Amino acid sequence: MNVNQSAPPVPPFGQPQPVYPGYHQSSYGGQPGSTAAPTPYGAYNGPVPGYQQTPPPGVSRAPASSGAPPASTAQGPCGQTAYGQFGQGDVQNGPSSGVQMQRLPGSQPFASAPLAPVVSQPAVLQPYGPPPTSAQVTAQLAGMQISGAVAPAPPASGLGYGSPTSLASASGSFPNSGLYGSYPQGQAPPLGQGHPGAQPPQRSVPPQASSFTPPASGGPRMPSMTGPLLPGQSFGGPPVSQPNHVSSPPPQALPPGTQMTGPPGPPPPMHSSQQPGYQLQQNGSFGPARGPQSNYGSPYPGAATFGSQPGPPQPLPPKRLDPDAIPSPQLNELPPQQKTRHRIDPDAIPSPIQVIEDDRNNRGSEPFVTGVRGQVPPLVTTNFLVKDQGNASPRYIRCTSYNIPCTSDMAKQAQVPLAAVIKPLARLPPEEASPYVVDHGESGPLRCNRCKAYMCPFMQFVEGGRRFQCCFCSCINDVPPQYFQHLDHTGKRVDAYDRPELSLGSYEFLATVDYCKNNKFPIPPAFIFMIDVSYNAVRSGLVRLLCEELKSLLDFLPREGGAEESAIRVGFVTYNKVLHFYNVKSSLAQPQMMVVSDVGDMFVPLLDGFLVNVSESRAVITSLLDQIPEMFADTRETETVFAPVVQAGMEALKAAECAGKLFLFHTSLPIAEAPGKLKNRDDRKLINTDKEKTLFQPQSGAYQTLAKECVAQGCCVDLFLFPNQYVDVATLSVVPQLTGGSVYKYACFQVENDQERFLSDLRRDVQKVVGFDAVMRVRTSTGIRAVDFFGAFYMSNTTDVELAGLDGDKTVTVEFKHDDRLNEENGALLQCALLYTSCAGQRRLRIHNLALNCCTQLADLYRNCETDTLINYMAKFAYRGVLSSPVKTVRDTLITQCAQILACYRKNCASPSSAGQLILPECMKLLPVYLNCVLKSEVLQPGAEVTTDDRAYVRQLVTSMDVAETNVFFYPRLLPLTKSPIENTTEPPAVRASEERLSNGDIYLLENGLNLFLWVGASVQQGVVQSLFGVSSFSQITSGLSVLPVLDNLLSKKVRGLIDSLRAQRSRYMKLIVVKQEDKLEMLFKHFLVEDKSLSGGASYVDFLCHMHKEIRQLLS
Amino acid sequence: MATYLEFIQQNEERDGVRFSWNVWPSSRLEATRMVVPLACLLTPLKERPDLPPVQYEPVLCSRPTCKAILNPLCQVDYRAKLWACNFCFQRNQFPPAYAGISEVNQPAELMPQFSTIEYVIQRGAPSPLIFLYVVDTCLEDDDLQALKESLQMSLSLLPPDALVGLITFGRMVQVHELSCEGISKSYVFRGTKDLTAKQIQDMLGLTKPAMPVQPMRPAQPQERPSVSSRFLQPIHKIDMNLTDLLGELQRDPWPVPQGKRPLRSTGVALSIAVGLLEGTFPNTGARIMLFTGGPPTQGPGMVVGDELKVPIRSWHDIEKDNARFMKKATKHYEMLANRTAANGHCIDIYACALDQTGLLEMKCCPNLTGGYMVMGDSFNTSLFKQTFQRIFSKDFNGNFRMAFGATLEVKTSRELKVAGAIGPCVSLNVKGPCVSENELGVGGTSQWKICGLDPTTTLGIYFEVVNQHNAPIPQGGRGAIQFVTHYQHSSTQRRIRVTTVARNWADVQSQLKHIEAAFDQEAAAVLMARLGVFRAETEEGPDVLRWLDRQLIRLCQKFGQYNKEDPMSFRLSDSFSLYPQFMFHLRRSPFLQVFNNSPDESSYYRHHFARQDLTQSLIMIQPILYSYSFHGPPEPVLLDSSSILADRILLMDTFFQIVIYLGETIAQWRKAGYQDMPEYENFKHLLQAPLDDAQEILQARFPMPRYIHTEHGGSQARFLLSKVNPSQTHNNLYAWGQETGAPILTDDVSLQVFMDHLKKLAVSKIMCSC
Repeated sequence: MNVNQSAPPVPPFGQPQPVYPGYHQSSYGGQPGSTAAPTPYGAYNGPVPGYQQTPPPGVSRAPASSGAPPASTAQGPCGQTAYGQFGQGDVQNGPSSGVQMQRLPGSQPFASAPLAPVVSQPAVLQPYGPPPTSAQVTAQLAGMQISGAVAPAPPASGLGYGSPTSLASASGSFPNSGLYGSYPQGQAPPLGQGHPGAQPPQRSVPPQASSFTPPASGGPRMPSMTGPLLPGQSFGGPPVSQPNHVSSPPPQALPPGTQMTGPPGPPPPMHSSQQPGYQLQQNGSFGPARGPQSNYGSPYPGAATFGSQPGPPQPLPPKRLDPDAIPSPQLNELPPQQKTRHRIDPDAIPSPIQVIEDDRNNRGSEPFVTGVRGQVPPLVTTNFLVKDQGNASPRYIRCTSYNIPCTSDMAKQAQVPLAAVIKPLARLPPEEASPYVVDHGESGPLRCNRCKAYMCPFMQFVEGGRRFQCCFCSCINDVPPQYFQHLDHTGKRVDAYDRPELSLGSYEFLATVDYCKNNKFPIPPAFIFMIDVSYNAVRSGLVRLLCEELKSLLDFLPREGGAEESAIRVGFVTYNKVLHFYNVKSSLAQPQMMVVSDVGDMFVPLLDGFLVNVSESRAVITSLLDQIPEMFADTRETETVFAPVVQAGMEALKAAECAGKLFLFHTSLPIAEAPGKLKNRDDRKLINTDKEKTLFQPQSGAYQTLAKECVAQGCCVDLFLFPNQYVDVATLSVVPQLTGGSVYKYACFQVENDQERFLSDLRRDVQKVVGFDAVMRVRTSTGIRAVDFFGAFYMSNTTDVELAGLDGDKTVTVEFKHDDRLNEENGALLQCALLYTSCAGQRRLRIHNLALNCCTQLADLYRNCETDTLINYMAKFAYRGVLSSPVKTVRDTLITQCAQILACYRKNCASPSSAGQLILPECMKLLPVYLNCVLKSEVLQPGAEVTTDDRAYVRQLVTSMDVAETNVFFYPRLLPLTKSPIENTTEPPAVRASEERLSNGDIYLLENGLNLFLWVGASVQQGVVQSLFGVSSFSQITSGLSVLPVLDNLLSKKVRGLIDSLRAQRSRYMKLIVVKQEDKLEMLFKHFLVEDKSLSGGASYVDFLCHMHKEIRQLLS
Repeated sequence: MATYLEFIQQNEERDGVRFSWNVWPSSRLEATRMVVPLACLLTPLKERPDLPPVQYEPVLCSRPTCKAILNPLCQVDYRAKLWACNFCFQRNQFPPAYAGISEVNQPAELMPQFSTIEYVIQRGAPSPLIFLYVVDTCLEDDDLQALKESLQMSLSLLPPDALVGLITFGRMVQVHELSCEGISKSYVFRGTKDLTAKQIQDMLGLTKPAMPVQPMRPAQPQERPSVSSRFLQPIHKIDMNLTDLLGELQRDPWPVPQGKRPLRSTGVALSIAVGLLEGTFPNTGARIMLFTGGPPTQGPGMVVGDELKVPIRSWHDIEKDNARFMKKATKHYEMLANRTAANGHCIDIYACALDQTGLLEMKCCPNLTGGYMVMGDSFNTSLFKQTFQRIFSKDFNGNFRMAFGATLEVKTSRELKVAGAIGPCVSLNVKGPCVSENELGVGGTSQWKICGLDPTTTLGIYFEVVNQHNAPIPQGGRGAIQFVTHYQHSSTQRRIRVTTVARNWADVQSQLKHIEAAFDQEAAAVLMARLGVFRAETEEGPDVLRWLDRQLIRLCQKFGQYNKEDPMSFRLSDSFSLYPQFMFHLRRSPFLQVFNNSPDESSYYRHHFARQDLTQSLIMIQPILYSYSFHGPPEPVLLDSSSILADRILLMDTFFQIVIYLGETIAQWRKAGYQDMPEYENFKHLLQAPLDDAQEILQARFPMPRYIHTEHGGSQARFLLSKVNPSQTHNNLYAWGQETGAPILTDDVSLQVFMDHLKKLAVSKIMCSC
């Protein structure tokens, strides 16, 4: 929000901008405005009071708080900081305040409490007293709210909203239409204008009208935000839900408030008057806004803030708002105005940051011991150690719920997907031991005779240890003599703790020859590097860079255990529209090139000398890598082939009778005459039509067929793309996708800019430990069954997940369905068995076991869910859905399912409360915000700048992401860099991904696992600029910079250190992009502020929450 | 008939021509009654050290359908500067350059001694010689090593500007690019897939102008810098490169499982070689030299599967129609051969293996293109090494004894027409007034293409007398034939050799004696043999034998002197006396008998029989046997079992084999070591003599014969025993009551029996019509 100043050009930004001015103004005239406002609203206030009563603090907060209250407690500081900021850059208080607010919350739980209600059940109760303490999330919310509360701002916003909405409804029409259209433009000007000057007039005019208009503005925005929401909102939306909201709003006031909060505190008075000004700006025409504000003003001083910020976004919130509302009913009657007025305080709604923070604090300190069945692990964002005591570590398996309904009826009722996200080869932190390898000798691993489950800690030994009962299918099996052991008095085998398979959740068996292809022990796998040497690749410097890198990289091929050198052999192929194989046999003085131009019928021209041991053939390989760039330096060949390249690699492995991995470095759409030839079918006009799905589907079935052959051979394909234009990722990624490979994409690759990213990815990709030629099977207790699988693999039947290759980053999401009853006593067991060939060519079985609880009460289910995992599943489900259904359908399905889940909870588990209250289960309180992020993602709602390739790329990436990755991918981390003292070396606490949280006097880092932005506020202190960028002023910072200069000062070191550590956490190198406030790159950046309305039409968090609430209410009624 | 013999010999020396009849029957009817057709053996490029080529172009008859070349038989009007074509009687102006012509100032082509003359054509850029090596890598290590050495050696024999190319094959086919620095580069093709010439050229990048994937090649102003140069490079440029490349050649790296043959893609390799040249150097002299160490086992042209338990086809299988791949493979190679011939290139096959290598299927490649076929047991034998080396032997001028892309045109005077040719040639399908409707050999044309030929390459050319009986030719009339051979000399010049011959016509009724006397029984035997072998390629063996028998009987009936029904009265004149004996041996020869020979061997023998000159052909039909003893100087003896005596050393030359056979006693003496005792030095000399003589033959012959040194009772003695006339067998040994000679264990009839039968049939009235 702080950003606003320059923002004007961009609509989305525009909004924020308004805020700014608003503030200033508010600061100036704010007070007056506020005063004025109150009166008009009076009526509103009336109802509001109701609220206020409950949360009197809220009220106080709103108006008063802005002024006084805040000051007293938290605000005091906030205000100060805020001021400070203002003073400097005029930067809004917003961001700074935001931060502060958050912190504050902690301190003022109670105040927050009221707000909390919105969110969690407890909230309901809590609203008043208890909530705050309640263990449930609500507390957090409360906290949030508190902050909000603290910040007068929120109220303001609330007001603003309230009024706007009301207005909207009333006068709506005009402001809306006009306003909206004008938004961007209008806003801009206002901003530019002297706030006071221009604004006042507007205000004057609009005030009343404005009062209406604002709502309108609110309304309009809504529409823009989310399709569905709009209607409801603009019309009844606000009104209907609003009632509740309304009630809530007061407390919230916040929505805007949140942003404003900081500032509001201080400026409030000023604001009120100014605010109007803001509103004007905001709306573009915001005159109206002001109006409302003014009105607000009265009710909530904060109102001003509202107007300024979110005017638009807020409108929605009101509806849903939690305000659990008491008021709701009344409000409803009250109609638009009231409703509108009551804005949701963004700080009052569940905050991912808070949840994450709390979990970190609560669970990060002690190791997670897996001995207990059905235990919910800490969040993925929490650092914790795992002690394996019989169940697989959450690093290997995470479930959507750790308590499964006993019957399918219950499951259907709850609609909570039962899924496990499995990462069989997950890398563990050094403190945790990797799975033990168990050798059962020639007879192979001990298994149940009927269901073939592997020996695990849950197997029951009976008859004195002579037999064991399978925990999955209850079959009684004999214990082979060599495995016999006596039982102790508890029925446990005496040697249970000596045997990993009897005491641990995860372990490995050595496979016997029966588990090998063709009953032959495998040959160590091979890596084949296949390099595009067409004109584009050569010109961009890729070929030279790659060859240079490979020379050293080949020393770091994955090796197993303490092996001195890797068993993996390597081979090289270059290609354009023909393929060049290289004979690099160690006995040769020079490599030999063999050209295969029969791309229509690919084959491998040589066997001996193609795949070689690196150390033996070092000289020849080096010579080859030296010569490749030279040989093709003058190439004029621009056409490339693709399918034949993959086929060649696969055939080479087939000929060598081993599994392996192909590293393909490819630049362009394969248009040369050959199988798998593609045409450019990129057509943006298809977006939002029924044919949109074709953009995600491969062009031809040839690639699937090819992929199947690859899988059969255990040939995994990693694809590095360097496109300058459309390459049809959707089609090219089919093979990597089905073979368990990865796709990396470097659009418009330039050695200077992208070298580090590419090389880093390449190094990681080449060095990472991989399992080859794998088959994964998930066995479950009788009663449930794995029915659906998501990820990068191929399935030729319904149970076996075939993975040509599987690395530590790849995840398979498995969905379960009931096919019978489960019982509470036994719980539900999962066993994931992965048969694979290790890097050294050893055939192994990795087993992960996990025991879950079963419940007959839905409440138990809701109490043991993991939202992050749910989102992982839902995103994958949706991303697969776009292949076959129109995107809109997919989105609606998601929303419906989410609504059903929440409605079911509301209906069955929540304590009775007003229908107007939005009640979320504690474990799922983030579901709406996260789901909204999924809905807004590039795949499901593409912005204008998102290419078809990007969408396809992201789609396939998400398919094999683990929970931690989806979490940060959909809800990026936004870290303020300059807030905390420089000396503080710990990672700064994140802030919510909203423009409101940005202060123009600060610098922020934003990362989502793929992208890394450094956002620089326009008013950042020169000293900071100097120490970070080595230039003297903000204007001298190069926009789009991707490397921070290495400077010898604390700040620079700290920031660079932070960036490095962030990168280290992710499986892909994140290229840094420095974004300056108000720069055109900021557009790109804002895309990741997922709590805000997005340019492409994605709803803001608040809007979406409202919508969700509406949906739930519909389901309930 | 000494005069005729001299005449024949003289003609052969000068013109390289031998006619079956040197006086021609003047009517069609009479000619057919002569049984042996009017035909000749022509050696187009017979070496003539005494014949320097003239450096101008020939003068042609202006009649478009004739275009005969001015020759000594033409009538010339020196005053009017006119000449009359002796074939079509068109009167032609001499070209301006001949303005100074007069009786005393004749151009060479008008002089009688220049009935054969060679012109050098100055037009057109000389095209380089091209040698494309197609090398099998599925060889044993020592074989491959030997082959590599031979190939490297051959590089040193090539003229520096010759273009060379290298294709290697095994399971895959690799076309090596010879121009790159650093990395050696090759294009690889699947060995199982037949490709069209267009595809091959596409895949080799030959269709587009320079699309270099190769390092910096600034556009060189030279002619054809890009395309062809990548695979065919002047030897002087890439000598070292290629030598290294050959040195690094590995055995085919694909594993060969137990019980399997290596996968060998000969068919595709040849196809690619043909396609490569077709695309880059059509109609330029080029040799594709295929070195193979076994049968093609995959892809088009496969001759046998890779299962060792299934042996390669034998004659027995073929007769039983049990040779699965033969037809398809033959078709494949025929297609290739025809394409190659159309482009003027030739294909040599050097097959060295203990088992068959598929020569039967591949034979048309050399046969139709004039390439060589060499068969040996291993590349590591002197037989191969020296044969291969001999290909690059030079003539007295220092030029290779090879010529390329020749067309042979035959023109005849009106009374004659051309019925066909048998030899390493293909028809060019040029119809003309002198083409007969009846075909003997490859007919229906007056022009043939011989893509590769050397000074000994000899064609049989068959004619038909078409003059009607009722239109007698005036006394003293002469029939004329002109052979015009355009070819690319190994010095890269284009040349034309013209041979014009004429023979007297004779009326059979009145001048049968003349005709008889002018019969060349040697030429006739060879020409008939060629006809027989030609037939044997397509007909059942027994049918061919029967046909030959009938011809012989008819000839005897026609020219023998006998009383009806009285075999004892039968006599043949001197000029016919040897002919039945030739036929007897021909019947027993491997050209017509497949017993004891593999299909590959039969193909090999027939290949050579169809291209060797008369002398060599006769040796093939009836091997020569020399006897060495203490009784006197070496002497030729009858090819008869009676010549096998204990105290003799025999030297037999069958063309393909040189056998030295020590008689029983000699062998014992040698075993006893007498030759090492100074007092028995004469014995040592005796032993040495045949060796020296054999050495002499070995030196001169191409291909190098198999050299066999054996003795009485030795297993290799079979080579001798199978050739000699079995006058003594286990059946008649005692009947003859002789103690000399060695009995042959055979049921074959002896010459004596054969002659008896012949006489009986010749004098009998019963005549079978043929």
